[in-house]
Amino acid sequence: MTINPELQGRSYRLGEAYSVGRESIRDFARAVKATHAAHFDVAAAQALGHADLVAPPTYAIIVAQRADALLINDADSGIDFSRVVHAEQRFTHHRAIVAGDELVAELHVDGVRGMGGGAMITTRAEISTVDGDAVATTVSAILVRGEGQ
Amino acid sequence: MSVNISDLAVGTEIGSRSIEVTRADLVKYAGASGDFNPIHWNDRFAREVELPGVIAHGMFTMGAAVQLVTDWIGDPAAVVSYGTRFTKPVPVADLDGGPGAVVEVAGVVGALDAEAGTARIDLTVTLDGQKVLVKAQATVRLA
Repeated sequence: MTINPELQGRSYRLGEAYSVGRESIRDFARAVKATHAAHFDVAAAQALGHADLVAPPTYAIIVAQRADALLINDADSGIDFSRVVHAEQRFTHHRAIVAGDELVAELHVDGVRGMGGGAMITTRAEISTVDGDAVATTVSAILVRGEGQ
Repeated sequence: MSVNISDLAVGTEIGSRSIEVTRADLVKYAGASGDFNPIHWNDRFAREVELPGVIAHGMFTMGAAVQLVTDWIGDPAAVVSYGTRFTKPVPVADLDGGPGAVVEVAGVVGALDAEAGTARIDLTVTLDGQKVLVKAQATVRLA
């Protein structure tokens, strides 16, 4: 199956809020071998001026990949998840993610470029609180490998 | 702890560390991140899609590498942006009693912006001497 070239310019809304919990921040921090106290100890996070536990710098990927899944699982996209390789990733934080945040995202398909039998797809997730405050912008490039790639 | 911009120059080293990676680490990352792509935990599946075997999540490597920056700057929220390209996979061997891969991370000040009060930290992230992340750069807000 080939990638639908008309994906470019599409957008998807991840409207179901992702609730950022303390244990999720702690689990993610342990999983990336982060040891900073602000991920684990509320008092340590507050001493740095944060409302609650602070998420590690790449935590927003959880929400970004849920948003990406809306595109990948779109029957019309032509994307075979088993052939997806992550090519590029960028995070811009408008503010830190802290425990208690309720996050939603708008996913934009900014680019689709054929590469051999596969394609490079660039997506941008605008992550915000349910109240509409901007939290992070993430940009991902995924390579969908063609046969033999 | 805080880092002052006047103490820094382009080329200042911020440190280095080794990250030992086991299959268990990949399962843990899959669970914590929600990325359950079987190429990160199932050898048979990974080979069927023409990979050398189980490989680490690119996001595991990216996420673990930036801890050097977080610990140096003293506040995870000081990392205002972070990006990289993933150029080579990190195969993680299934070994008993030892890491299946060891990733080396080193950081250096790549640029300073006194007006914005930020520094760009350039990370060199390698496996067996070869770069696995390219243009891994984190911008941090300084005191």
